[in-house]
Amino acid sequence: MEAVRLSDVWFYYQGQAVLHEVNLSVEEGEFLGLIGPNGAGKTTLLKLILGLAKPAQGRVEVWGKDPSHLGRQRHLIGYISQRSLVDWQFPASVFDVVMMGRYGRIGLFKLPAQGDREAVLKNLERVGMAELARRQIGELSGGQQQRVFIARALAAEPRLLLLDEPLISLDARGQDEFYKLLASLHCELGLTIMLVSHEISMVSTYVEKIACLNQTLYAHAAPSEVLNTATLERVYGCEVELLAHGRIPHRVIREHE
Amino acid sequence: MIDMFQYTFMQRALMAALLIGVLCSIISVYVVLKKMSFIGVGVSHSAFGGVALGFWTGVNPIAVAIPFALATAMAIGLVSRRGRVTEDVAIGIFYAAAMALGILFIGLSTGYNVDLFGYLFGSILAVSTSDLWLIGLLGLGVLLVVLLFFKELFFLSFDEEMARVNGLPVELLYYLLLGMMAITVVVAIKIVGIILVSALLVIPGATAFQITRNFRLMMLLSVLVGVVCGVVGLVLSYQFDLAPGATIVLTATGLFLICLIFSPRRRRKTRRA
Repeated sequence: MEAVRLSDVWFYYQGQAVLHEVNLSVEEGEFLGLIGPNGAGKTTLLKLILGLAKPAQGRVEVWGKDPSHLGRQRHLIGYISQRSLVDWQFPASVFDVVMMGRYGRIGLFKLPAQGDREAVLKNLERVGMAELARRQIGELSGGQQQRVFIARALAAEPRLLLLDEPLISLDARGQDEFYKLLASLHCELGLTIMLVSHEISMVSTYVEKIACLNQTLYAHAAPSEVLNTATLERVYGCEVELLAHGRIPHRVIREHE
Repeated sequence: MIDMFQYTFMQRALMAALLIGVLCSIISVYVVLKKMSFIGVGVSHSAFGGVALGFWTGVNPIAVAIPFALATAMAIGLVSRRGRVTEDVAIGIFYAAAMALGILFIGLSTGYNVDLFGYLFGSILAVSTSDLWLIGLLGLGVLLVVLLFFKELFFLSFDEEMARVNGLPVELLYYLLLGMMAITVVVAIKIVGIILVSALLVIPGATAFQITRNFRLMMLLSVLVGVVCGVVGLVLSYQFDLAPGATIVLTATGLFLICLIFSPRRRRKTRRA
């Protein structure tokens, strides 16, 4: 079954085509890495799938429906944004923030029940943050805050998880742990995951498929097929050097200007 | 001090000050956390247009000010949300326009109305029994809405984009918040006055924010601050024969400064992820 489908999608920002003629189909249960240079329209693509933006032309479908007409299925899409604009001084505890992920399920005019509290704790444990549940969110490190947001996304029990450059605030070890967490979620829960990143090497180690985006979609296949110099040069529009380690390349050096 | 409350007008003023203290404080928590204080200024000043229209047409100024402030609040929300102009520009234009209309209506009214002074700066003599009923009912309505949407308003204040992603009715909640601000402002006008009412939409919440990082506690402390300032301000107003708007807001400001200086919260640098 298809989780996400974009057919001939165009999107403009201030008169410029940010996305043109994008066709993409993501299968249920797929773990997809979406790579491309800055300004390639990766975040825009996710926003279209979330229904936060509308395409100028073309169709975006999530489980066969327009994302803005998902209704009660809305919370089945989890999202972790690139830069959270929240005020870290906000009087909310780690527990409170993860509980927010349950609100869509709880519904209006109702209070969280025991089951919701259990779901919050379960997901805090999953990301290793259960002990800090009572902390105010501003008292955490960047990596810890990121894990809290992952727990919030998971608390909604999504079937589709969209992540926009979730690794920016993590160090190398944190990134590795994060990928392992995602891989285990993918296996255990059968989540469909779309991960946006500019870190090509790291992504390719964990994901099943890679899509290359730069205004339009250049490739969508297994990492070993996509990650060759010819494709990357087309995507990045400049010389790209791949240092291959075994079957999967580990580092990409771009020579710019 | 007790004997001043022998007068029925003072009893009514006290009741009104307590109700207003509670109401403004609750809304102020959202105003502070969602950083809407400038909207509060815009909406409260726009109520002047409604009050003046009441004077001109001979209808109860408060009754006219309610739809007037509501309309201005919605207009500010609508124009800025649609992205045509930024929020602060929308506020700058709409509240000036509403006040200009107010000046126009006052000019058209025959004779000079002394009551106007009371509406601008607040008055302890002005609260009638029917005003009290109006304040009570509208206050109850606002409280009910806050209780019904408690968790949604909490999420909206924290992270609007994610609230939208999770399927919360973000637009509805935002306009609801604007509407509650408008009603609270108008309800508070009799005691606090148009000029200063916006301060009560900020100071109690801001004071509580200095003390705690627990949302529910912040709400309770804010209400405490609002009630204390309402009562103390009223007493000072009576004792020194000053407009209650000034005494209430200055009491609140004093309390805020004390809390700011002796805040138990260690001021760390905000970390950004």
